Amino acid sequence: MSSTQLAAASNAAVYASMVTLTFAMVSFAISFASGRRRVAVVAPAPVEINSSGSTAVLTKSAVLTTSAGGAPPDDQTGRRSANIGMSLTWLGFVLLLAGVVLRGVWAGRVPWGNMYEFSITAALGILGVFLLISLRRDVRWLGLFIVIPALLTLGLAVTVLYTEAAQLVPALKSYWLIIHVSAAIICSGAFTLAAATAGLALVQSRAERRGKSGLARVPSAEKLRTLTYRILAFAFPLWTFAVVAGAIWAENAWGRYWGWDPKETWAFITWVIYAAYLHARSTVGWRGDRASWVAIAGWAAFIINYFGVNIFINSLHSYSGV
Amino acid sequence: MSKQAPTLPPMGALGFLRFTWRQLTSMKTALILLFLLAIASVPGSIFPQRGNNPLRVNEWIADSQTFGPVFDAFGFFDVYSSPWFAAVYLLLFISLIGCVLPRTKVHWRAMFAPPPPAPRNLLRLPESMSFEVSAPADEVLARGRKYLSGRRWRLLVAENSVAAEKGYLRETGNLLFHFSLILILVAIALGGLFGWKGNVIVRTGQGFSNTLTQYDAWGGGRFTGASRLSPFAFTLDKFNVEFDRSEAQRGSPKLFEADVTYRGSPGAAAENARIEVNIPLEIDGAKVFLVGHGYAPHFVVRDAGGEITFDDTVVFLPQDGNFTSTGVVKIPDSDPRLGFQGIFVPTAASNNLRGPISTFPGPDDPAVFMSAWRGDLGLDNGAPQSVYRLDTAAMEQIGIVALRQGQTWTLPDGSGSIAFTGFERWASFQIAYDPGKEVALLGAVLAISGLLLSLFIRRRRVWITATTNSEGVTVVHLAGLARIESADLPGELELIRGAVSDLPDTASATSTNETREQK
Repeated sequence: MSSTQLAAASNAAVYASMVTLTFAMVSFAISFASGRRRVAVVAPAPVEINSSGSTAVLTKSAVLTTSAGGAPPDDQTGRRSANIGMSLTWLGFVLLLAGVVLRGVWAGRVPWGNMYEFSITAALGILGVFLLISLRRDVRWLGLFIVIPALLTLGLAVTVLYTEAAQLVPALKSYWLIIHVSAAIICSGAFTLAAATAGLALVQSRAERRGKSGLARVPSAEKLRTLTYRILAFAFPLWTFAVVAGAIWAENAWGRYWGWDPKETWAFITWVIYAAYLHARSTVGWRGDRASWVAIAGWAAFIINYFGVNIFINSLHSYSGV
Repeated sequence: MSKQAPTLPPMGALGFLRFTWRQLTSMKTALILLFLLAIASVPGSIFPQRGNNPLRVNEWIADSQTFGPVFDAFGFFDVYSSPWFAAVYLLLFISLIGCVLPRTKVHWRAMFAPPPPAPRNLLRLPESMSFEVSAPADEVLARGRKYLSGRRWRLLVAENSVAAEKGYLRETGNLLFHFSLILILVAIALGGLFGWKGNVIVRTGQGFSNTLTQYDAWGGGRFTGASRLSPFAFTLDKFNVEFDRSEAQRGSPKLFEADVTYRGSPGAAAENARIEVNIPLEIDGAKVFLVGHGYAPHFVVRDAGGEITFDDTVVFLPQDGNFTSTGVVKIPDSDPRLGFQGIFVPTAASNNLRGPISTFPGPDDPAVFMSAWRGDLGLDNGAPQSVYRLDTAAMEQIGIVALRQGQTWTLPDGSGSIAFTGFERWASFQIAYDPGKEVALLGAVLAISGLLLSLFIRRRRVWITATTNSEGVTVVHLAGLARIESADLPGELELIRGAVSDLPDTASATSTNETREQK
């Protein structure tokens, strides 16, 4: 393939992925909405039935109703559209992977030379971490909240951040680029996922406090909090590694391993907030909603670091081209 | 009836200290200090910092007459060396030490203590099971011991029970992580006290030797003296630079590298090396980094009598990505004294509407725009002056002209001439010595290892009891307890159950089931 063909193929794959993910989003939204209606119509008592089998408040009578009368039409619709959403998310992931790989082939290097490339890879990371978890447990309820940030990231990438592929500036020519950036990108996926589960935990816990059943198909607040912890327990050491790898690279490139450059500062702030999250999980009075808020704050710091520092603040990392 | 105030025991000075210490080392305080640390770090990313960009700090203060000095007084331009920032992290570290030391003591004891004996009723535990085995109780317990000790569980064996615990490395990892953070802090302090860092601009063909006077900027720790600098020297032989000419990224750098000849000490043999952006040169523990580059146009200045008063290259500092560069030439020895302000453009713009500006960073069409001045250069009062700035307060402008390479400008007032004969390149180097960096790396590696242990190892206990009932059948109770909620515990109990059960029977039963399913 010629260079222009590669470029066109990469862009086409990214756009195709966005279209697919839009349909995935619609499917997840239908599933989400149908679940809501079902709770309102069929279950007058604060009972939540979850198609996936994970139930917040499960009473025997509720199970009997479902098994005796078969799944109500709405629930079937919900389950089916959630499954369609999952399939479309897989397809979107594969298309986006093709887009990222083609971009790398076109540029003749790892596709992490500018913000457009970071962003499409970050969206890939968000979807990838989600799909990885989906292999081990049923997280179809999370689909809507994963596809939306992935689509937003891609939307920003193709509209605002798009740049033609070019050579890496000398400062980025180092194998540390691969180590440091790949770790950070996986973290971006995990942090986004954890922020989504933490946000849902807040919604569920609010509903539970009021004695309501909360969002249908979505697990209980406690289960969501545990999932958030699991994701962050995986992401925190990886983030530590990403920061340390960045420090080693900085020592090699700029002559100091830490210089409080705005990018480094916000990476540190993100790290400290997630460290606070882990402490909050084992502090009385903080385990619940407060810890969820801390997880969301950590994600906010990460996002500020990614968009804010690259675009608005004059930093040594500004070469990562907008 | 009046309520009597509750009488509290007097606290006393020691009691107060103990109270303060407990508060400081509590998890809640640590949590709050962590949040404070995060918040305290923010201003340093918003305000320019002296350590990174002293010029912008001065501009900021000059631009904002009212707030500039106030912010400055509160250390907003030196956030990370300000007392309030230090207060937060020092308190955090005191809290950390106060938390970690007692836990180390507890953990040390636990490492040598046997696991707690089996509770009376195992089946009350959330993860438990009961089953019958035909083998005698002793045999069952022996199988359990063998299985568990083979998998490195710690055991406490009683008459008809086995207690086992595993996952001590979780707490070991947790403590290791926190101690590693202290190690990193020590490493930073080491670097701060004994390290140094300097910047120098070297023109092609020129040399540099590692003494304080040769640096353009230098900063060292409390215990770094000029005498401690190792006596190496290097010469910049050649500076290679290439810029992208493609449409998309026109002008972005593709390569820059400096070829140098260096000596570790004055008598040592000369060696050649190439310094690139990510590849510093290490000499005697110090690292030489290539951090920037630019142009140094060459001028020849003659006085009214045609006598050469200046013949050298002059470092011009780049002002934009296309290397529109500014610099000055001062001739204090001529009569009248002369000064030139110059703008060097490697590729001159075709139209001059926007003033002298470069359109490409490479030297496709180099030109200088010179403004000549005569009068008092301000050098006599002894005040230090920047070599990049001409103080024109007591000077009078003679004229302005654009010069291409090889052109000479005869000054209109007859006081001499200036010729632009060519240009060299210069490279700027940062030379740094940080004795703490290896320690910091060790701390970071240990911290990550500790973190992985503390987040992924599960501490859990398992108990097995075996008793023979009235019918002569062995009844086994098996229970487990995980300190943190763990999804794997049921599976682990299932494995232990398999190990203590009548092995041949269960094995054959499973295999027949499987064959049946396959059919």
